[in-house]
Amino acid sequence: MAFTLYSLIQTAILCTNAIAVLHEERFLSKVGWAVDQGVGGFGDDPGIKAQILTLIRSVRTVMRVPLIIVNSACIVLLLLFG
Amino acid sequence: MDLPHHGYRATKPRARAAPPAADSVLFEDTSSVGPAMNSQGYYTPGYNMEGASNIQEGPGMNNLFADPMASAAMMYGSSLANQGKDMVNKEISRFMSVNKLKYFFAVDTRYVLKKLMILMFPYTHQDWEVRYHRDTPLPPRQDVNAPDLYIPTMAFITYILLAGMALGIQKRFSPEVLGLCASTALVWIIIEVLVMLLSLYLLTIHSDLSTFDLIAYSGYKYVGMIFVVMGGLLFGSDGYFVALAWSSCALMFFIVRSLKMKILPSLSSDSMGTGSSAKPQLRLYVTAATAIFQPIIIYWLTSHLVR
Repeated sequence: MAFTLYSLIQTAILCTNAIAVLHEERFLSKVGWAVDQGVGGFGDDPGIKAQILTLIRSVRTVMRVPLIIVNSACIVLLLLFG
Repeated sequence: MDLPHHGYRATKPRARAAPPAADSVLFEDTSSVGPAMNSQGYYTPGYNMEGASNIQEGPGMNNLFADPMASAAMMYGSSLANQGKDMVNKEISRFMSVNKLKYFFAVDTRYVLKKLMILMFPYTHQDWEVRYHRDTPLPPRQDVNAPDLYIPTMAFITYILLAGMALGIQKRFSPEVLGLCASTALVWIIIEVLVMLLSLYLLTIHSDLSTFDLIAYSGYKYVGMIFVVMGGLLFGSDGYFVALAWSSCALMFFIVRSLKMKILPSLSSDSMGTGSSAKPQLRLYVTAATAIFQPIIIYWLTSHLVR
């Protein structure tokens, strides 16, 4: 498959949006992936699930504002140029 | 007639601050405008000075101090250039540290030759340990095991050129295909580096592999790709598969041996013995997955070139 740089940007935006949409209370708690409670052990091995949850939470926190900007820009550009 | 003209043009940036005295007529008329006129006066001196002398610097340096407007303009221009350079440096150093990048390009010919040999025939190389010097890794000039970014960059560009040539031989070339090939290869590198970073983070593998190290190790496969494409071009389909098999084995061996040193021994620094039973296997899986990915991507990126 031939990738252009534009498709890379598109993929990045879509993936970041997908991660940012996972809501803490409405969705993750229902599935059982709530706030990582297993942080009690301060050893150096948080485990894969805790790492994933930390990653999701940090992506959500860090990328919230830039995603708003980038998504608005995308919407405007797609409306104008199809 | 053109040649001395071009010679003066080529040295124009150096002689820019030295408007010849023969053109003082231009500057005296418009001296009130100042530096703006100087920039327009740059191109006309070429026409007047071409027959004057071969040593453009000699009379230029004398005129530099004779004309205060030109020296003021030169100082203004050089301060502007310095400001621009500082600003660019500051912006770039916010994203990546230039010193770390310089480390990866500190190579010399001997290192490059030895590294290429190791990449293509790693079976006789004995010592794979990256040497340190008081906690900082040695630059590639002094340690053949250190990763560098020069070889991957050059190999990437050579691969793109080779792809263009291979397509041209088959009469399938157009300039867009070249850009497409380049961006596809670049995207695959980015994907691989991101997956490696993600897996290193998720499995809490505390290794000292930085992003640039991973880019370097991912970029080494381009040397194999060049070898494969050359084999395919020179010897047809059989040569392609033989070269593919050879460089796949060599690259897998190289990656496993190199990453084993970086990923696996950091296990010994973890004092907790309870949770570490699963870790050696996961680290081994990561290394093995990286190694298996190399021939797949080599085949994927080169098979459409050698038909």
